[in-house]
Amino acid sequence: MKKQKRKSEFLYFALRNKKLQVGLIIVLFFLLLSFIGPTLAHNEPLAYVNPGGAEPPSSEYWFGTTFFGQDVFAQFVYGLRATFLVGIIGGGLGTLIGILFGFTAGYRGGIVDEILNILTNIVLVIPTLAVLLIIAAYLEVRSILMECIFIGFTAWPWAARAIRAQTFSLRTREFVDLARMSGMKPLKIVFTEVAPNMMSYLVMTFILQFGGAILNAATLDFIGLGPTNAVSLGLMMKLAVLWGALQLGSWWWFIPPGLAITAIVGALYIMNVGLDEVFNPKLREM
Amino acid sequence: MSLQAENLTVYYQTLHGDVRALEDATFTVADGEIMGLAGESGCGKSTLCNSLILLTPPMKLVRGSVILDGTELPLTDMEGMNPFRFKKISIIPQYAMNALNPTRKIGKMTAELLRSRKVDFRATLPELKRRLDLVELTHDVLSMYPIELSGGMKQRMVMVLSTLMNPSLLIADEITSALDVSTQKAVAEMLVEFRDREIVKSLIVITHDISILYQIADSILIMYAGQLAEKASTEVIIHSPRHPYTKLLISSLPEIGVKHAEKRLTGIPGNPPLLLDPPVGCRFRERCPVAFEKCLEVPPFIQVEKDHFVACWKEFETHAQA
Amino acid sequence: MLKLDRISKVYKIGTFGGKELYAVSDVSFDIQDGQVVSLIGESGSGKSTIGKMILRLISTSSGAILFNGVDVSSLKGEALKEYRRSVQGVFQDPFSSYNPIFKADRVFKIIREEFFPEMEGAEWTEKVEQSLTAVGLNPAHVLDKFPHQLSGGQLQRFLIARALLLDIRFLVADEIISMLDASTRIDVLNLLADLKSRGLSVLFITHDLSLGYYISERAVILYRGCVAEMGTTEKIYNSPLHPYTKMLMASVPRLDKKWEDAEVELKAKQAEFTGGCVYYARCPVADKALGCDAFRPPLIEIEPDHFVACFRYE
Repeated sequence: MKKQKRKSEFLYFALRNKKLQVGLIIVLFFLLLSFIGPTLAHNEPLAYVNPGGAEPPSSEYWFGTTFFGQDVFAQFVYGLRATFLVGIIGGGLGTLIGILFGFTAGYRGGIVDEILNILTNIVLVIPTLAVLLIIAAYLEVRSILMECIFIGFTAWPWAARAIRAQTFSLRTREFVDLARMSGMKPLKIVFTEVAPNMMSYLVMTFILQFGGAILNAATLDFIGLGPTNAVSLGLMMKLAVLWGALQLGSWWWFIPPGLAITAIVGALYIMNVGLDEVFNPKLREM
Repeated sequence: MSLQAENLTVYYQTLHGDVRALEDATFTVADGEIMGLAGESGCGKSTLCNSLILLTPPMKLVRGSVILDGTELPLTDMEGMNPFRFKKISIIPQYAMNALNPTRKIGKMTAELLRSRKVDFRATLPELKRRLDLVELTHDVLSMYPIELSGGMKQRMVMVLSTLMNPSLLIADEITSALDVSTQKAVAEMLVEFRDREIVKSLIVITHDISILYQIADSILIMYAGQLAEKASTEVIIHSPRHPYTKLLISSLPEIGVKHAEKRLTGIPGNPPLLLDPPVGCRFRERCPVAFEKCLEVPPFIQVEKDHFVACWKEFETHAQA
Repeated sequence: MLKLDRISKVYKIGTFGGKELYAVSDVSFDIQDGQVVSLIGESGSGKSTIGKMILRLISTSSGAILFNGVDVSSLKGEALKEYRRSVQGVFQDPFSSYNPIFKADRVFKIIREEFFPEMEGAEWTEKVEQSLTAVGLNPAHVLDKFPHQLSGGQLQRFLIARALLLDIRFLVADEIISMLDASTRIDVLNLLADLKSRGLSVLFITHDLSLGYYISERAVILYRGCVAEMGTTEKIYNSPLHPYTKMLMASVPRLDKKWEDAEVELKAKQAEFTGGCVYYARCPVADKALGCDAFRPPLIEIEPDHFVACFRYE
């Protein structure tokens, strides 16, 4: 009975938290758009449908067309899909690696912690741009998956650090000592005692990684190091600027993607703050 | 100085309802008296003292009044209480010694504290130094960081700070709990010295350790689950208590000289009640060995002998017959 | 049953780990079957460190811990798990010993998974109920509850019940009642005494001398990692020899007499230890002529079962 009451108390606060509500609505809206959008758009994103070139939004082309006569709305909704994909896979990968390194370093301590720390710091200071340029030079074709993997493998240090710190503080608690005295193996202790206590922390870390991955991807796309054969919001903005949208005044080409990225990432961060309030009762405004 | 509390009742507002932490506390502290306030966790002793200094939400004053030196304290008026706080009535909060800002030197922190109370630091410096001598702290302590001081030293520093303005009443909330046995003795004796030198007029010493109170307190007030149980001089409470709770409490304290093999002490079965929905009447009723039907009514806290107050229907019965 | 033989624990401190801090230094004492020994010391005395070393939660820097003749200080793997069947511990903070997001009886489940994986459900339930009644808890009241729904006293007894499930021979009780209310303390203390009569040995770690007197046969007084005095409880309490023990006895607040005017010197932050007797800096009767500042006094037996480490008694 008490467990039910606890769950509902958590939900009670979760659903009432303004920041969580607002953030969630925005993200879900764009997510929904990315699902049903492509069915609404009757054109292929890269197809040259409008011989007239860049045209402002009209009833036929809701978001107008690009310099090349492509349907901006079609590009937009397909780009949204790519964006969310990068967020989930790239962010998820970063979180997973961060969890792996963070728990190990935090729980074991000692020499293992030292080594992992050095590794974390190295990856942290690697100039990702330089590495990416080198990779780009070798790979002719880059897919979205490549981008996800790359982002995941370079974004994890932040997560690892945070998780390590939390694990350190939880590891010295007496219930962990009790588990050790009961003969539990360290791995089991981490997963059954420490991790569940950090659930809120892990969720928030994932959300931050998600948002960070999206921003990273947008930046990479914008400078031309993104995938070569896909559509994404960042790519849209890059092409828009490259092909003179600013000079020609074709605002409909770069404002929707830019706005969308800002809105999604901003909403994610607001959700994060809201979640923090939900998980940490001391921050709640009564 | 004199403190008179009349029907002081304070509840905590929570999501689930009101926690009735303090119910109808009526007592007096006389001039020069060191009153010990003892009871187990949840009995309301901290609530009582916090309400005298800072009654902020989630605490709310349900009824009652407190008169200090003839003036009624405007407990719920934050601004109105300012002239009283620190100058007339002061508190050493629990864990105060751990609350010293680790990034500030002690001297700087003191100056900031005094400035916030609109007191000139320079002018008080000589007196501050005299007080430091009194508690056997060197003057260098003012230029040290808290981490450089031991637990006992920090506690003494906090004592000096809280009494700098010579308050009439000093409330010491569990100031000896976190200290070693040897430091406890020194700190407790220092409290008495403050009173003897008239730096403070009276003291309320909150603790769960009754043996310390036996050493330094003139009288002891026992509380249980938000209600006052008994108040009398220290000798009487220890050697001839009347309230059933006090009797059981005193007899459950292990003493040097008492071995388990020789005399098995007993505790009080059961647990203190939750104060969200406390039992009707006397809250000790359910654990009391002599409870009877009248106990469903709240017993008043009245004087049965000179300076001996009890809240127990059974005792009133026996007293009436005596 | 348990014998500590010259146990030490050293921590490296200072930048680059240059300096050494001896949390425990050359401590030796033993505990017989069915005996309760109080390990008494203030903060910084190393008593908790010793407890944790016995429980194998911390490694020893040197010395041996002999449990029924076998050195357990370097056991690993299966042998260590076997050791855990005989030796368990209960700590100071009852609420911190439970994982707050799980129910309290999860600690029992862990024991079952680790030590009794093949036991049948009904047999296990009976075993649990037996344990709970042995510690004075009603199974119907305490099972299936979260830690915050139980009181401190109940939680501590729960932990003792957990230890009993393993049929232990030795319990390390590290300040187990200091966070409990006065009325429940004595119940838990009585419980320990009852278990002792069934053959359980207890190392009762505390800073409260009156508790030590009530429950233990022998006492070990610890100061800054070294044994100051050791012996039967009566001898230590009634005729303390070491200056530190005398100071402790004089400072304990008692209900039968007032503090004497013995001057208790307040200590500054622990100065660095430079060799010689650990108590030298605070000792009122220290004497350079006896070598108090240069050499560490050995533990010698003054009368049967009363040892003291002080040059004044050579």
